[in-house]
Amino acid sequence: MTSAATLEPPPGFVPLDRAHALSLLHEMVLARRFEEKCAQLYGAGKIRGFLHLYVGEEAIAAGVMPLLDAEDAVVSTYREHGHALARGIPAGALMAELFGKVQGCSHGRGGSMHVFDVSRRFYGGNAIVAGGIPLAVGLALADRMQGRARVTACLFGDGAVAEGAFHESMNLAALWKLPVLFLCENNQYAMGTSLERSESQPNLALKARSYAMEVERVDGMDVLAVQAAARRGLDYVRAGRGPWFIELVTYRFRAHSAYDPELYRTKDEVATWKARDPIALFTALARERGLLGDDDVASLERGADDEISAAIALAEAGTLEPVEELTRGVYAEEAAR
Amino acid sequence: MNGAPAVKVTYREAVRAAMREAMQRDARVFLMGEDVGRYGGTYACSLGLLDEFGPERVRDTPLSEGAFVGVGIGAAIGGMRPIVEIMTVNFSLLALDQILNNAATLRHMSGGQVGVPLVLRMATGAGRQVAAQHSHSLENYYAHIPGLKVLAPATVEDARGMLWTALLDPDPVILFEHATLYGTEGELAEDAGAVPIDRAAVRRAGRDVTVVGYGGTVAKALEAARMLAERGIDAEVIDLRTLRPLDDETLVASVRKTRRAVLVDEGWKTGSLAGEICARLVERAFYDLDAPIARVCTEEVPIPYPKHLEDAALPQPGRIVEAVLATVGGRG
Ligand SMILES: Cc1ncc(C[n+]2csc(CCOP(=O)(O)OP(=O)(O)O)c2C)c(N)n1
Ligand SMILES: [Mg+2]
Repeated sequence: MTSAATLEPPPGFVPLDRAHALSLLHEMVLARRFEEKCAQLYGAGKIRGFLHLYVGEEAIAAGVMPLLDAEDAVVSTYREHGHALARGIPAGALMAELFGKVQGCSHGRGGSMHVFDVSRRFYGGNAIVAGGIPLAVGLALADRMQGRARVTACLFGDGAVAEGAFHESMNLAALWKLPVLFLCENNQYAMGTSLERSESQPNLALKARSYAMEVERVDGMDVLAVQAAARRGLDYVRAGRGPWFIELVTYRFRAHSAYDPELYRTKDEVATWKARDPIALFTALARERGLLGDDDVASLERGADDEISAAIALAEAGTLEPVEELTRGVYAEEAAR
Repeated sequence: MNGAPAVKVTYREAVRAAMREAMQRDARVFLMGEDVGRYGGTYACSLGLLDEFGPERVRDTPLSEGAFVGVGIGAAIGGMRPIVEIMTVNFSLLALDQILNNAATLRHMSGGQVGVPLVLRMATGAGRQVAAQHSHSLENYYAHIPGLKVLAPATVEDARGMLWTALLDPDPVILFEHATLYGTEGELAEDAGAVPIDRAAVRRAGRDVTVVGYGGTVAKALEAARMLAERGIDAEVIDLRTLRPLDDETLVASVRKTRRAVLVDEGWKTGSLAGEICARLVERAFYDLDAPIARVCTEEVPIPYPKHLEDAALPQPGRIVEAVLATVGGRG
């Protein structure tokens, strides 16, 4: 197990160049600003229901997603906006989903917690904690049985590790040596319950290890460390050797959802973690290495804002599904006729 | 009812007062569930209880519904009186095995030796745009099971009073709290306490039609009754309160009087509790009926996210009024 606490890329990592730095920063900035806008739109009543923001955790999606091929699959949680954007789901289709419009990637039916885009092999958007993990193992089983050399990336939180579905799935995946990359986003809280108060063994990678799985534990605030770890995991899984588990230690900067008064953590603790903002850390590193300048960062932010403005415009202009279609999409359309 | 002055309380406060009183009265009572302690409860029902009773009696659990519900069953067998909270009925499915195969069944299959005095509380229902994995009304899944008692407090009085009665029960009792009710306010006598859990309640007396609801649909039925009154139709509104066992007497007596029934249920129509009640009325009051019984249930679709579709999927006062009008339409 490595604990990559520094911003130096680990041995063997592809050296960072300007184009790479720009693209990593773009992914993180887009997700951050998209969600900051979401918070405002929630306040304005445009987005409703539960809204779980990924702010603070962007390095994980930005580090992992670009390494996946179009043929690979992703299974995610209700905190999935960042995953979806980095997987290439257009910001407009995502925003339209949050607005409940037909132009949304789930036809407006799912909302924030149920983002799907099968054309990008993005299989949700699951709001039952740990509910997606067996699905990911099953997708990988289908690939194995049909002789396809693909990987399924399965994202879930630290809270999911307490559920039976997690343990049963770890065992099956390891037993059958299925091509799954498990990505545990350990932001150290499940709603208001901290890891130490919910796990007898808070080292989650060690738990996965007990299923005879290859594991790694990395600094989830360091996009380069995340990417290096994901690369190692993917190499292993793609070689057909079985699943791989990465615990990504991170922190959610915002409340669990819009309803959370945050009684369970101190402002100091939040401030300490905000000082390790993945975007600020990476920007500083890239500038120090002379890969990015002031202008680059500013223009990248402008680009993201333009993309988000266009997304909001699309969502605003989008249409609500006619009420007559209420019971559509419950069965395959042909079968329903 | 009695002389004590009434105070305005929210449903949430009533639930909290009930839990506080139970823990004060009986040292065997403890609360266990996800985020009931530090967080104060997903719906803030247990806010302050951790400070008052400490972490031994207000226990935050890991995300492990199957385990902590089963542990609650074990603790109940072992002499404790657990109140186990599940955040939302959709998540209770992860514990359905424990609830059905253990809690509901142990007494019978042990030949009466093992009782499970467990109280389970959970939120249920739609109306908050939280989509298809957080919005369902699965009360009838549990009302199907012999060995369980199933309650649906719809008023602050029942939210305050049902818990203690449930805790005194020697068998497992499930309380369903409709999530849209927590913020609602009602009048409650300052000294309000335990209430019976074996009878339905007539929330509005009327002559022309019986409208039956429970939990989140009671307020909608009452609203429909108000709209109907404007049209000269006098609806009787029954709040089931207890979903298992059903209070057939109150239902049959009402229908004998009004000769018409409209059953409102936030569950899906197919296989609904409304279907069960319909069957019972047909079995016991068929010749008293002047019109076919009507049902206003949730449309056969997982609850969609957008507001206009969610509203259309659920029973609404307007749909209840329409059903009543169709039912009384045949009246001479
Ligand atoms: C089975 C189940 N139980 C409870 C919940 C309610 N709930 C939603 S998110 C959450 C916390 C999950 O924490 P974690 O897995 O660490 O993910 P994070 O929210 O931190 O990203 C809980 C308890 C749920 N959605 N599903
Ligand atoms: Mg977490």
